Parts: sequence; structure tokens; C-alpha cells
Amino acid sequence: MTDLAGLASYAAFFLAFAGIFAVIVLGLNLHWGFTGLFNVGVAGFVAIGAYVSAILTTPDHPGQLGGFALPVVVGWLGAAAAAGLAGLIVGAATLRLRHDYLAIATFGIAIVIQLVALNAQWLTGGPFGLHFVPKPFEASLGAGLPFNAAYLALVVGVVLLVHAGLERLVRSPWGRVLRAIREDEVAAESLGKRIFAFRLQAFVIGSAIMGLGGALYAHFIGYIAPEDFLPILTFQLWTMLIVGGAGNNRGAILGAVVVWAVWAISGGALRAIMPPDAQTRGAALQVVLIGILLAAMLILRPRGLLGEETAISRHAAAREPEG
Amino acid sequence: MLTVRDIVKAFGGVRAVDGVGFVVAPGALVGLIGPNGAGKTTLFNCLSGALRPDSGTIELDGVPVQGLAPHRIFARGLARTFQIPRPFPEMSVLENVMLAAKDQAGESFWRNWISVGRVAAEERRNRARAMHWIDFVGLSDLAERPARVLSGGQRKLLELARVMTAEPKLVLLDEPAAGVAPRLLEQIIERIAELNRRGVTFLLIEHNLDMVMRLCGHVLVMAQGRLLTEGTPEAVRADPRVVEAYLGGVPA
Repeated sequence: MTDLAGLASYAAFFLAFAGIFAVIVLGLNLHWGFTGLFNVGVAGFVAIGAYVSAILTTPDHPGQLGGFALPVVVGWLGAAAAAGLAGLIVGAATLRLRHDYLAIATFGIAIVIQLVALNAQWLTGGPFGLHFVPKPFEASLGAGLPFNAAYLALVVGVVLLVHAGLERLVRSPWGRVLRAIREDEVAAESLGKRIFAFRLQAFVIGSAIMGLGGALYAHFIGYIAPEDFLPILTFQLWTMLIVGGAGNNRGAILGAVVVWAVWAISGGALRAIMPPDAQTRGAALQVVLIGILLAAMLILRPRGLLGEETAISRHAAAREPEG
Repeated sequence: MLTVRDIVKAFGGVRAVDGVGFVVAPGALVGLIGPNGAGKTTLFNCLSGALRPDSGTIELDGVPVQGLAPHRIFARGLARTFQIPRPFPEMSVLENVMLAAKDQAGESFWRNWISVGRVAAEERRNRARAMHWIDFVGLSDLAERPARVLSGGQRKLLELARVMTAEPKLVLLDEPAAGVAPRLLEQIIERIAELNRRGVTFLLIEHNLDMVMRLCGHVLVMAQGRLLTEGTPEAVRADPRVVEAYLGGVPA
């Protein structure tokens, strides 16, 4: 019975994590899948969300900034707002430039954010991170399965909400302009669209969603540290999007679940196979495996598990009545 | 309709457009010809706002538009197509065309949340109008297909449908006949003539002189960034300087 409870607890833990990744990948999908914005600094926006929510909600602890002890939901909204603001600043500075500059800028900014998290001890706790990030319902329900299950429900709710919101947007004329910009920005501009304004809006909204994902992570684990937000995280999130199918929101969610499953299973398998003295090198193999998965996907199924649909606009569907 | 004076656009030391001026009358169908490298496409880019001219004025219906952003010039009723067509390849033909409609409320982020009914009604009208133009250029059977499956000629027709959805007053066509199969070429020529009869003004770059002679009442000839001559198609074709510009003497 305890085994069963442990298994259920692990399943809830696994799925909650997959859901958190799904939220972030949905944000990345708005950037890359729909607007063609090459953001390789996803981990930075996730980190901003995680730290902001942690600082806003954590009760007072000696040597740790904050003590605001605000409700968790305020932390989440603050996380989205802060990451969105970061997106606004980065986007305003870079989105008029060619694509490669956005990639360089976002990569650099993610590194800077990670280094700030590591060194600005007064703000982020430095290498020790921030502890005691409140876990919603844990006190009333109890740790383990009850908390994991309740948090999973919460995460699923957020995934559904973000998915519904994004679907409404990308299937609207607004989303149609984003896709046109992705396909050919010169043509979109010649057809009267204000490229910069649309790219900036998409960038801010996607960044805010990434920040929300970071907050979901912080409150699930209850502890965040700079090494949670290394560039490898960005790589994993990109793999999720490519595997699931860029330009398809359900694909983004599916990709998060599939790649996270591959990651978790391969981690367990490597731990079982590798001799104790080679365990750390085994962890590196996990990254290699994800890389192989990404490469295989790009060769065998470049559009991902669920490819993009041709007609996305809600009113351009095949049998839509006219008039 | 369009009054252009002394447009100059230089890239480094090369004056690609070197003091060009002309007038396009309302309802006209004006041809712009000249050898490769004459500066025709650069001139188009200046007119449509893709490039900012170094000097000179461009007036659209008496209002100066030189140096404005492309979306502002487009909003004033000047639309263009491209020498090498630029469809949105992964989008359906229908969505390619629907995109081009002007002043769409649904392109505002907020209106998709607060005026859902208005956006939906507008989209239904937009869809009907887009289907009308797709039908006009003969691509109805392909409306649901992604634009990447279209042939070169069909892509030109798609671009025509796309700009017409925006109901422009003046359309700049950059080589509508280039690389188009003969059967589609007839269709393109006939569609342009029909639109012109309905009152749309055209300025078109074209190397196919037969097409220019058939369509255009007035022809501008550019060579080496300058306006060499202009006049009726017959007069231009008989002008020895035009033959000279095309056949020799001038580096391409």
C-alpha cells in the first residue's frame, strides 16, 4: 500500500513537473513557434519569475531578503509581470535588429541573470539560494502525495488556462500577423503590419508566461538556487518544443511531457547501470541523449510530433459558414 | 495620383536611383522598363517605404509620403508586390489573403478579449472578401492549401489577390510576368487589365515588352538610375536610346 502511495506520489510529482515545463514551453512557442523570435535565454526569464515570486511570498527569515509573506497568487502575478517587464526591456532594445542579434542578446542576458542570482547574495541568497518558499496547501494537506497531487491539479489548471488564452490569441487576426512575420517579415511589412509592435507584444507575453512557469517551479520545490537556471535548462525547453511541434500549442505540451519522461527515465536507468564512481559522468550522458533525441527529431520529423496546422485562424476553417 | 520628384537613393558610391521624377495619373496603367540594374526595384522600394530615399519628394494624392514607414504608406492606399513572390509559405492561401485586409480590429491584442463579437463578425466579412479575390485570380481550388505548394505563377496571382484585399488605390507590380508559365501569364495580364478597368491605378516593372505594349498606355524607361525617356509604348519602342540602353553601351 505504501508502495502504491509512493508510486502515486511520484507520478503526481512527475506530471506536475511536466506541467511546469509545459507552461514555459507554451511561452517559448509564442516566441519561436508563432513569431519566429529566436530566444535562447529562456532560463533567464524563468529565473526572474522564480526569484520574484519567492521573494514576494516567503515569510521573514534571517539573512534572506523579503519577508513580505504575500499570498502565493500575488507572487505568481508578480513573477509574470517582472518577467514580462524584462521581456519589454530586452525586446525594445533588440527586436528592431536582425534575428541573430536577439539570439545573442537573450543568451547573454540569461547568463547575466544567472550570475546575478549567484553573486547578489543580499537579493537572491547567492549560491545558497532562497529557502522556505511557501508550498501552497502543504501545511493543510501534508507533504508527499497530498501536496504533490494538489499542486499537480493547480499546475494542470494553469496549463489549461495558458493554453486557452494562447489558442484564442494565435487563432485571431493578431496571431495571424505573428505567423506572417515569422514567415516573411518583409512581406508582412509591405502589407501594412507594424512588425516591431507585434514582435514586442509577443515577446513580452511569452516572457511573462515563462516567468509564471518559473514561479510554479519555485513553489513546487520550495527552494531555488542559481544552478536551477543554467543554459542547459534552455536547451531542454527548446528540445521539448521541437519534439512536440513548434507552432502547435498542444504539441508544446506534449513535447514537455515526452522529453521530461525521456529525461526522468534515462536518469533512473543511468543511475542503475553506471557504477557508483561514474555516476556524475552518467548525468552528462543524459544530456547527450537529449541531444540525440533532438537531432533525430529534426531529421526524421522536423515538424515535431504534432505539426503546425495550415489554417489556424478561427474563421478560416474549411467549413466555416460565410456571411 | 502619384507625383515623384528628384528621387535619389545611393548605396555607398553607387547612385542606384539618381534624380528620378514622373507622374502617374489616376486610373493609369504605367509601365516601368529598363535593363537590369537600372534602379527600377530600388525606386519601387523607395515608393513603398521599404527604403528611405536620400532626397526628393513622393506625393500620394498630394500628400508627401517620402520616408514614411511601409505600414503608413500602405495605409494611404499604395500597395506593392515583389519581383520574387513572397507568400507566407506555411499559411493557407486563404489566410495569406485574409492577413492583408486593412484596419482589422482583431489585430489589436485587447480587442480579442473585450470585443469578441466584433472581431468574429469582421473575420467573417474578411473571409468572404478574401474568397472573392482568391476567386478573382482563379485560385479557389487552392484556398485551403498552404501557399508553399503554389507554382511561381500562382504565387504572383496570390500576391495580386493579397494586395487587392486591402483595396489599394495604386498598386506597384514588380515583374508580374517573370518566370510565369504562358497559360498563367495570359490570366495575369487579363486580371490586371480588368482591375485597371475597375479604376485601380497600376505602375508595373516588366521585362516582357509584349506585355507592356499590350497593357500600358504610358511607359517610363530607366537606365543607370535615371529616367531615360517616357511616352507611349510605340514612341518608346521606336526611341533609339531605349534600344541602345537594352542592347549595349551601358554596363548591366
